[in-house]
Amino acid sequence: MVLAVEDTVVSVVLETRNLVKRFGGITPTNDVSLQVHRGARHALIGPNGAGKTTLINLLTGVLEPSAGTIWLDGKEITQLAPHRRVRRGVVRTFQINQLFGELTPLQSLALAVSSKLGISDGWWRPLGRDARVAPACERLLTQFRLADVMNQRVKLLAYGKRRLLEIATALACEPRVLLLDEPVAGVPEGERQEIFDIVNALPAEVSVLLIEHDMDLVFNFASQVTVLVNGAVFAEGDVESISNDPRVKAVYLGEGEHA
Amino acid sequence: MKAVGQSMRALATWRWWELALFALLALSWVLLPSQALLLNEIAILALFALSLDLILGYAGIVSLGHAAFFGIGSYSAALFAKLVMPDPWVGMVVAIAVAALLGAVCSVLILRGSDLTRLMVTLGVASILYELANKLDWLTGGADGLQGVVMGPLLTPFGRFDFDLGGRTAYAYTLAVLVVCLLIARRLVHSPFGYSLQALRDNRLRAASIGLSVNARLVAVYTVAAGIAGAAGGLLAQTTGFASLDVFDFHRSAEVMLVLVIGGTGYLYGGIVGAIVFKVLHDLVSAWTPQYWNFWLGAFLVVLVLVGREQLLSPRWWFSRSRTPS
Repeated sequence: MVLAVEDTVVSVVLETRNLVKRFGGITPTNDVSLQVHRGARHALIGPNGAGKTTLINLLTGVLEPSAGTIWLDGKEITQLAPHRRVRRGVVRTFQINQLFGELTPLQSLALAVSSKLGISDGWWRPLGRDARVAPACERLLTQFRLADVMNQRVKLLAYGKRRLLEIATALACEPRVLLLDEPVAGVPEGERQEIFDIVNALPAEVSVLLIEHDMDLVFNFASQVTVLVNGAVFAEGDVESISNDPRVKAVYLGEGEHA
Repeated sequence: MKAVGQSMRALATWRWWELALFALLALSWVLLPSQALLLNEIAILALFALSLDLILGYAGIVSLGHAAFFGIGSYSAALFAKLVMPDPWVGMVVAIAVAALLGAVCSVLILRGSDLTRLMVTLGVASILYELANKLDWLTGGADGLQGVVMGPLLTPFGRFDFDLGGRTAYAYTLAVLVVCLLIARRLVHSPFGYSLQALRDNRLRAASIGLSVNARLVAVYTVAAGIAGAAGGLLAQTTGFASLDVFDFHRSAEVMLVLVIGGTGYLYGGIVGAIVFKVLHDLVSAWTPQYWNFWLGAFLVVLVLVGREQLLSPRWWFSRSRTPS
């Protein structure tokens, strides 16, 4: 019994304890305790306004919590600046593309890779002269089918390409915990599988926390699901139990709305 | 796939037009000895604009008070020559150091807030320095300016040169400082640090989300830019032997902004192109109709904005019609 407990403790990568965020009278995050395990394929679902994006912003340090703590590998990171969390391996993508419009995909990825390598402060050697940068960029450009547009400015790319770059940029940081905020938002039906194939092909040791509306995708991808309603954890469990939970169906899937 | 490595290396390779520009700078000294005074003014303005381009064109920091650093460099160089020693090179280092220090201190003010806040804060800093220079007249000469600055000879590997009335030595000296600053700035903008500036200009949220420390970078680039502006100010004081309140004046901050509007931002050479166009235009129009220079400048700016800078000025555009204008 004791052994089992220790085992869980060790395999938890990212954890929140009683996390609270208040904006005036609204509490978009209300006492959320969440554990993301090593190598997890964990989905975070919930109706619009459930506080999913606020939670991501708390995890990445864009917002400061009103109360509670955030832990990475057993160390508290609640006060850590956003860019330092990235360097420790907590990397996110955005629901709405956040890209460097005037740069090219190649420059964007080379910069992210340089940042990961700790050479983004270098101000003498040109970008990409480090021998490790080009191969990493090449791999991502091929994987995300961006090689043919790598020298075009990002703001001129088609939406689908920008969406791919959004995720490629995050992967260039070699995340240990990847927070995917609705990765297929705005992507046409036919192209969604491409993105999910890439996410599914991530190394097993990378933990993924997926925020998604599309239940088919969630149930295909995730092994663990947390349901958020009104900022609080409403239900938690494996895909099987969540998809069969009548309360979740009622609240989230909209089958028989209660107040 | 070789293409990635090639494209990566191509990012920092010298373009022919860059080399041509550097050659033109050198040629201007040889071919236009009678215009040395005007050319010296142009080169100083170009250097000042290069400094603003680093923070505006690359890091996206708007400033209406960049004269603060130009001015402090100017007074530092003049005071150093007058009170400590007349050597221009040492004076230049002092001017750069003092301006960079001021830049590092002031950078705290531009980290937060919107563009409008920054415009006001930078404007405010320049105004404060203006009044300080005015009030501290025991040191700065106040409204009369700092007179009697005598520069020592320019010691170079090629021999000793005295600053002459024709301004040829001065122009060579200014050119040397301009070229060194340009080369350093070029290194800087092609480096990961340089690209990270563009990244945080385009999207600060994402820049932080790939692990870039936004504030540290803003402080760094503001300090470097202030140092270069200080070099420009120092050059003005050293080559004219004079520093006056005018160096802190609002019109200097506005003028350098205009130069970048004319020459374009974010490709490093906009300051040079803009300074040449601005000063030559000023020289020609004032010779023709001294009172109405501002009218014609205004008319030119309106045409420039309506027609588009690429079509009017950019050499890249003239010679590459087939490509889309950038």
